[in-house]
Amino acid sequence: MSEPERASEKTPVTVLTGYLGAGKTTLLNRILSEPHGKRYAVIVNEFGEIGIDNELVVGADEEVFEMNNGCICCTVRGDLIRIIEGLMRRKGKFDAIIVETTGLADPAPVAQTFFVDEDVRALSRLDAVVTVADAKWLSQRLRDAPEAKNQIAFADVIVLNKIDLVTPAELAEVEGRIRAINPYATLHKATKCDVAIADVLERRAFDLDRILEIEPEFLTVDEHDHDHHHGHDHDHHHHGLKHYHDEDMQSVSARLDGDVDPNKFMPWINNLTQVQGPKILRCKGIVAIKGDPKRFVFQGVHMMLDGEPQREWRDGEKRESKVVFIGRDLDEDEIRAGFLACAA
Amino acid sequence: MTEPTNSLTAHVAPLDAGEHVAAAAFLGDEPALALAGGAIKLSGRDVVAHPEGAILCAVLDGDRLITGGDDGRVVATSAAGAEEIADEKGKWIDALAARDGALGWSAGKTVSARDAKGATKTWEAPTTARGLAFLPKGYRLACAHYNGVSLWFPNADATPQVMEWKGSHLDASVSPDGRFLVTSMQENALHGWRLSDGRNMRMTGYPSKTRSLSWSHDGHWLATSGAEACVVWPFKEKDGPMGKPPRECGVRPLRVTQVACHPRALVVAIGYADGLVMLCRLGDGAEILVRDASSSDGAISALAWDKQGARLVFGTEAGRAGLLTLPA
Repeated sequence: MSEPERASEKTPVTVLTGYLGAGKTTLLNRILSEPHGKRYAVIVNEFGEIGIDNELVVGADEEVFEMNNGCICCTVRGDLIRIIEGLMRRKGKFDAIIVETTGLADPAPVAQTFFVDEDVRALSRLDAVVTVADAKWLSQRLRDAPEAKNQIAFADVIVLNKIDLVTPAELAEVEGRIRAINPYATLHKATKCDVAIADVLERRAFDLDRILEIEPEFLTVDEHDHDHHHGHDHDHHHHGLKHYHDEDMQSVSARLDGDVDPNKFMPWINNLTQVQGPKILRCKGIVAIKGDPKRFVFQGVHMMLDGEPQREWRDGEKRESKVVFIGRDLDEDEIRAGFLACAA
Repeated sequence: MTEPTNSLTAHVAPLDAGEHVAAAAFLGDEPALALAGGAIKLSGRDVVAHPEGAILCAVLDGDRLITGGDDGRVVATSAAGAEEIADEKGKWIDALAARDGALGWSAGKTVSARDAKGATKTWEAPTTARGLAFLPKGYRLACAHYNGVSLWFPNADATPQVMEWKGSHLDASVSPDGRFLVTSMQENALHGWRLSDGRNMRMTGYPSKTRSLSWSHDGHWLATSGAEACVVWPFKEKDGPMGKPPRECGVRPLRVTQVACHPRALVVAIGYADGLVMLCRLGDGAEILVRDASSSDGAISALAWDKQGARLVFGTEAGRAGLLTLPA
């Protein structure tokens, strides 16, 4: 509160998810065994699978608790709050924290912990949700395992693993299915999780400062945008991907030229995330507030929103407003119409 | 009353801690600082209680300081040195309690109690036990966990009585007369129960979590951290604080991080997020400065009186510490 926010001193936390057998532990062992000179504290659910003994490994219980704040989807990982608090007694002995979740875990309570708990926020920052997916089995899992779909929808980074086990056609299919759910995550294809460390760690995906830096992806990987104002084509096939539609998980993006009226936009976004929060997994946006020289950026997880004024709009930069939602059974037309009605 | 009216700063001797002070206590007459890195700092010497670990929690038991570490060990340190009480094989020790030689500790869901003779019993809590406190009478341990507190008789086979209240309960504390049980909660609130009939008491309004609770010597007041003042709840009457507002001592624009009631007088020592320490008289709110704030010292993380109430030891997250000796 009175203390200044010192983001640079906060310990970054990477959340590693992925369905059973996708290769989470392989990725974790790869991260830990690289000669990167960094020290990690690793929070795991099962001891014994990690072959590295010079790291700080902490066992967790995945105790998911409901907060008593009347918000039905507001669950947090109670054990994570306790462990991060305890790890700070070893401050200076590690550079970053990696949280490995179980294969059936929903990433939301982990992410929400970083929105809800003031002490956790003061000590650490959520860096990114990294999801490992099995190229051979993911398409099947997306049909029969809601957990797997959640993990893909939630991800900032997706490691599409075991690509050596599938044909190019199968790979294109699974990639298309991933993009139907989450067109915004950075996707890396891998065999035995052979991705560069820099591709999965220090992503700053939840950092409001970085929302503008990720803008190119944010704007162009826009396969579901049916908004005709923005003068960029429906480039559905620019990856050579087939366009799939996922029946229950989608992304919705909307854009308007010029400013939004804050007296319309703020109530709209607050109401939307309150009412549809259980269905909205992630959201992000950059908007031009009428009369405000600064860009307003926000991001959210379910019902939780985090937003602040950002850098000023540059001379010659076109003031425009855009929002993105990933979620389940989202009413695309309603969201888009609601957003467009916020125009100043 | 926002500015201290008097000062005891000239009576404070600095102590050299050097790292995050996790807890402070007096072992007999000797001030002791439990350092996050695993050592107990006594006058002129260090006892390395947790060579491979960090100290997560600590409690005073007579002239011994009991510490629990992320090495899974429970260690008792006295003037004679360190003695291992238990080894939970690497599971973090999350909470400790002590009374008359009996010890309680928790590691995840497993709660253990060891009586003064050394017989140890264990019990599995429904979820991680975050806070422990012995009741003043009988051999009974209150274990705070998700959705309530279990009152466990280690020497009885009976299922523990559960005081239910929805939410995540952190620290547990029992009034010295045994009438009230109070927990701090994840939701920036305290919850209390009158043990005679289980009546619930909600104590809300904190801007952050309360992680330091201290009963006045007569048991009539409970001083708490977590607000921009030391919030003191009245527990003298049979209904406790129900329907009564708390008092606020030492109001400043900074968060109170540690509180410690004087063992003989109605005075509370208050430590703040900026490293300032003051004494405050509960009766009239009069304030006396013990230590001024310093930008580099971090929050007060440990605060303890000696048995007579003649000396106060404190430590900060940044590794500063000091010893106040009250003028005679």
